Amino acid sequence: MNKEKVIFAFFIVLALTVNFGFFLGEIDNPEHHNVFEFFAAIVISLICTVLKFGDRTHLGASMMATSLVADLQLVVAAMIWGYAEHISGVGMTPSHMSSVVSLSGGALLANVISVILLMVETIMVRR
Amino acid sequence: MNNVLYALFRRLRVPLITMILVYAGSILGFVLIPGMDDQGNVYRMDFFHAVYFVSFMGSTIGFGEIPYAFTDAQRMWTLATIYATVIAWLYGIGTILALVQEPVFGRMLRRRSFVRKVDNMTEPFYLVCGYGVTGSIIVRKLAKRGIRSVVVDLDEGRVDAVETTGELQFEVPGLCADASLPDVLDDAGLQHDKCVGVLALTNVDQVNLSIAIASKLLRPERMVISRTEEDVTTANLLSFGTDQVVNPFRVYAEYLSLAAHAPYTHLVYDWLVNPYHRPLSSAYQKTKGRWIICGYGRFGSALYREFDEDDVDLTVVDSNLSLDTDLPYMVRGKGTEALTLSEAGVEDAVGIIAGTANDADNLSIIMTAREMNKKLITVVRQNVHANKLVFKNSKADFVMEPGQIIANRVLAHLKSPLLPVFIEQMQAYDDVWAHTLLNRMNSVAKEEELDSWSVKVDEENSPALMESLNSGGDVTLGILLKDPRDRQQKLSAFPLMLHSGDMYDILPGELDLLKPGDEILFCGKSKSLRRMEWTMNNFNTLHYLQTGHEPTGNLLSRLLSRQ
Repeated sequence: MNKEKVIFAFFIVLALTVNFGFFLGEIDNPEHHNVFEFFAAIVISLICTVLKFGDRTHLGASMMATSLVADLQLVVAAMIWGYAEHISGVGMTPSHMSSVVSLSGGALLANVISVILLMVETIMVRR
Repeated sequence: MNNVLYALFRRLRVPLITMILVYAGSILGFVLIPGMDDQGNVYRMDFFHAVYFVSFMGSTIGFGEIPYAFTDAQRMWTLATIYATVIAWLYGIGTILALVQEPVFGRMLRRRSFVRKVDNMTEPFYLVCGYGVTGSIIVRKLAKRGIRSVVVDLDEGRVDAVETTGELQFEVPGLCADASLPDVLDDAGLQHDKCVGVLALTNVDQVNLSIAIASKLLRPERMVISRTEEDVTTANLLSFGTDQVVNPFRVYAEYLSLAAHAPYTHLVYDWLVNPYHRPLSSAYQKTKGRWIICGYGRFGSALYREFDEDDVDLTVVDSNLSLDTDLPYMVRGKGTEALTLSEAGVEDAVGIIAGTANDADNLSIIMTAREMNKKLITVVRQNVHANKLVFKNSKADFVMEPGQIIANRVLAHLKSPLLPVFIEQMQAYDDVWAHTLLNRMNSVAKEEELDSWSVKVDEENSPALMESLNSGGDVTLGILLKDPRDRQQKLSAFPLMLHSGDMYDILPGELDLLKPGDEILFCGKSKSLRRMEWTMNNFNTLHYLQTGHEPTGNLLSRLLSRQ
């Protein structure tokens, strides 16, 4: 068992599961979407990106790309959330919430691809 | 090369993750710890404000406690996170600084910028491998003619010298790397379209060999010039079509033997290839007789072969002569002592060649020998370039310095491929002919450097000449020698050779008619080359030189001249 591999896989799967947990629920209902879960999703996604640094294989490059996509989607979602809560003046509306959740849905898709790539890599190593 | 970049990235992983974790923890703490607003109600900081606060706290800017004054619990958490974030930053920045300072990182950046510079070359350039004495002379001379070059050398100091020398009018990209590695050569432009020639000038024969092979494999038609010191390598290099192989010992042996049996031909040769030519008065009249060669190594044996062909009497002095060496006249000994030299017959010899591999010994030999025979012609071999000053003042008649010799020989080839042909052909003529030629050269160049160049009659190089030829006119060789500013004046240059078809016409006359495809070798002052280019490229100038008045180009002047 390789410790590094465990940590790597752990974070990639965790990014997917946390993101999925946030995404689950009615799309425009703020009650169904926890801000702490969202925060955790961003932080774990960033950690995943850094963990993928420095892999020069083609697979590694694709994983890096999916991670960057997830980061981008989540950061934009966080900005929309911040805008809705503090700048718009009317607080969180269903339309803002649905944009945040749909963006995180995009990030979820990127994370799914990332996990698929991880599985492909694992299956390719036959030992 | 990219491996390094990835390795560096990988090393940033831990500091970056630390930073993310510390920030995430701090932000989370501020969101969770209950605070108090200005009315005394309990409130929880939201993520927006927490990110804002931690961002300015982590960078130690500190705008104060927002949105309301903190409770003690919040202050305690701030206290902890200030130190945590500062340490995370120091760790991250420290790692980045350490990476940037790492030599391998700097090397990689330099390599990248070198590759970019070479890729962006838009003018023809030479790839010079080895920037020692020879390489630096050649790069400088090429730059003077406006030709670019790219340098690869193993020594970092020399590569720095390429970039810091102020003499070059444009930037010469230099790379510190082993030129025998194909990927280094590839980065240096071996496969570049504009690379017109490869000069393998390192002092290791094997490296030169691998450079020449790599170049000939990738582009068989491109010129490769290589330096070598062993006959085995010379044969090897020539076997796969290396355009010119320069062995400094052989070249200098030929040069000296020419001096011994044909002093004026020797001077013509000297003027054509040496930037600082010997004065006319230095032709040696009394060169027939016995020569002494001290040191029978690579140089000594090359000399011996060359002199032996010309039936010159020779005595060899060497302390390491092997027992099976069988030469008619030989003396065992170092040659630095008077005893050995007098045994070798220095009193009645005409010349002595100090050709050992030790500079101090060589100087000592010629000084001792001159004491014993004042009229002796002295030739001394200089091995280390740094000893230049001593050798310059040694009053020896000839100083043989391999670096300079190779440079001159390579430059002769680069100036014009016709020049080596001319040098070879002129040796068929006698010394009287050479004396006349030398007088002509002297009247043209006087004390200045005698340059030589070739001119080709074709669309690309001389459009004006072609236009005149195509319209049915005759173009004589003499036209090129007239000064385009005043046709009564002549340029300080004259033709050495006319190459037309398969014919080589030595010293062609000025009334010779030029045909498309002809190539003419000129010698003279280098400023004449620029003037000559006017005539070749500008039809109006050519017309003026042919007829004596400006051509009537525009409509108005045509109408006026008709009346």
